[in-house]
Amino acid sequence: MRVTLRIKRFNPEKDEKPWWGEYEVDVEPNDQLLDALHKVKWYQDGTLTLRRSCAHGICGSDAMVVNGRNRLACKVLMKDLGKKVTVEPIRGLPVIKDLVVDMEPFFAKYRAIKPYLINNDPPPEGRERLQSPADRERFDDTTKCILCACCTTSCPSFWANGDYVGPAAIVQAHRFIFDSRDQATAERLDIMNDMMGVWRCRTVFNCVECCPREINITKAIGDVKKAILEGGVR
Amino acid sequence: MALKTRTRSYGSPNRFEVASWYFMRVSGAALLVLAVFHLFYMHVIAGVDAITFEWIVNERWNGPLGMFWRTYDLALLLFALLHGANGARWVIDDYIHGRGANLAVKSALYVLTAILILMGMQVIFTVPLHSQQTALSALVTALGR
Repeated sequence: MRVTLRIKRFNPEKDEKPWWGEYEVDVEPNDQLLDALHKVKWYQDGTLTLRRSCAHGICGSDAMVVNGRNRLACKVLMKDLGKKVTVEPIRGLPVIKDLVVDMEPFFAKYRAIKPYLINNDPPPEGRERLQSPADRERFDDTTKCILCACCTTSCPSFWANGDYVGPAAIVQAHRFIFDSRDQATAERLDIMNDMMGVWRCRTVFNCVECCPREINITKAIGDVKKAILEGGVR
Repeated sequence: MALKTRTRSYGSPNRFEVASWYFMRVSGAALLVLAVFHLFYMHVIAGVDAITFEWIVNERWNGPLGMFWRTYDLALLLFALLHGANGARWVIDDYIHGRGANLAVKSALYVLTAILILMGMQVIFTVPLHSQQTALSALVTALGR
């Protein structure tokens, strides 16, 4: 089938402001949007710039605004998008070129929540730190995050206030706060209890709607708020 | 659009923000009951035609359930204004980033909220119990100020 892609283009070295490029491509219904973008870049306009790596919804490189919603270009099929497809860079982060944005502000917030296991006791002699299936279940949902930034860049609180730590960082914090093997719960709850931490979340649910990993992000944020209120994880 | 690249450090815990978040949950639940029953009572049980200063002072605030109604109206006044003002504070923090402008708008909000609460409380507290004639005049005087 033949579809028209409307892609928001911007080259800071040439363009004063972004413009819309229109490209007609022939695609199979089961092609990914990423395949269609490749057809444009490889056969029509080599200057089209986008990020992608694994092309299978795991690396989290190709988040973009597709028909107004944050999606991974490699996870959405052409048959679900209609004959006219608009593609824009994700919102709230500086555009470097075309569909590529500067992810540094996003990753700075990720680093701020100390995204690594903190446990100062040595592991039991000769073996790993054990955890019951029930304890593992508590943070199972938030281990699925691939840091694609779909959630944070769909969040109106983040658009309005770039200092907000954002849903992705809270999801990552949740993953360690509710991990029974981690000892820095109080420290991370203090980070989350910042003015620009969980309290900027207005439960808009945009993050839940767009998460390609189907994480219940607003619930995770609610868990963290409740843990702060109760002074720790119970 | 958030286009900042500088990184802010996180980790100054904010007790007030925890309390304010919890207050919004509690007052929200309370308002659901208080405000809905208020509307139901005034519009369906009492009827819009019956609502006059006289009726409020004589029947509502000095009737057999006078203390109940004064407490009810006080709770409605405080919860509604504080809940609304706190929500407005969040909106201001979300959208007004300049330090001076943020402080100015928030100060105006706090002053306005305080004035509205004080005016409401003045009416609820200064209308005397079981003194219908003076109660009415006190109410009229209070409102006339």
